[in-house]
Amino acid sequence: MSTTCTPQLLFGELKVGDRLPALRHQVTATTVVLGALASRDWRPMHHDKEFAVNRNGTPDIFINTPNNAAWFERYITDWTGPLGRLGRLSFQMKTPVFPGDEMLFGAEIKALSTDDAGCHWADLELSISVDGQPRTVGKARVAIPGEPSDNPWSRKGARWKP
Amino acid sequence: MSAADTLPDAVRNMIDTPLYEERTEFPIEIGYVYNTCAAVENGNPLYWDEELARTLVGKRIAPPTMLSVWFRPHYWAPGASGERKALQAHFDLKDLLGLPEAVVASNEASFGEPVAMGDVLTTCQIVRSVGPFKKTRLGTGRFWTVDVRTTNQNGDWVGTESYTFLGYGRPEQ
Repeated sequence: MSTTCTPQLLFGELKVGDRLPALRHQVTATTVVLGALASRDWRPMHHDKEFAVNRNGTPDIFINTPNNAAWFERYITDWTGPLGRLGRLSFQMKTPVFPGDEMLFGAEIKALSTDDAGCHWADLELSISVDGQPRTVGKARVAIPGEPSDNPWSRKGARWKP
Repeated sequence: MSAADTLPDAVRNMIDTPLYEERTEFPIEIGYVYNTCAAVENGNPLYWDEELARTLVGKRIAPPTMLSVWFRPHYWAPGASGERKALQAHFDLKDLLGLPEAVVASNEASFGEPVAMGDVLTTCQIVRSVGPFKKTRLGTGRFWTVDVRTTNQNGDWVGTESYTFLGYGRPEQ
């Protein structure tokens, strides 16, 4: 399937060391609860401050893992546009993100490659910092179109090797 | 490894054994996709513009990182008793190891065939490793890793998520 969507980004435009545009987001209790409920995570440390403080020993409720992943995905595809296709994502939440924190998303291209099926990949190093301190760090591998007619979403089976 | 680090037989028997094969409780649906995109202000038109999705992918799909969303049980369901938990192998480890608290230390996922509206997915959980006791900022506990492998109704691989947890007791527990 070829695309009729103009790519926002082409693989040939990228260089190792390029940084993605920064994204800032002010976190509120609503941010945390919306993310937890959207991801069907009913565990109380993501909506009940008393539980978070008394059972988890944290100062407040905090952003849950699948919502953290959804934030990273949004950040990456804001950059790639709809033709960017996420192949891999990993992250470590070193310190939770709480209401009152301002998240600052950053990323750098660490590697660019083309696999034997002709799929073009950007490997990214990711971070979410608060007040200059990294709270979550991670890595992502995202497929980027090589030319306007290239559509990573059309890849299946042996042609998709994330 | 100290005597305290020795794993109970029930835990050792769990390692590398596929456990808890289960299907999604409902077919994949767009409402949760909208909720997830709204929660993180994700304006990717692939998830909001049906025509674009059909042009690019041939069908409406969910963001890849929603993989785990589809396997969390409803908070309540008729006839169910007690708290209903996702990732039961993890909660089994907490009980068997006597570590009442736990947090996700790291999360790794790889994504295959896109998850489409109407799909019915199946997972199994595999405990990959359970580490020795460690002192951490939260308390003394162990790290363990559980893989969740997911396929769709056609048997296509749609993704694998690997969770590393820290299970611990707080100092007063």
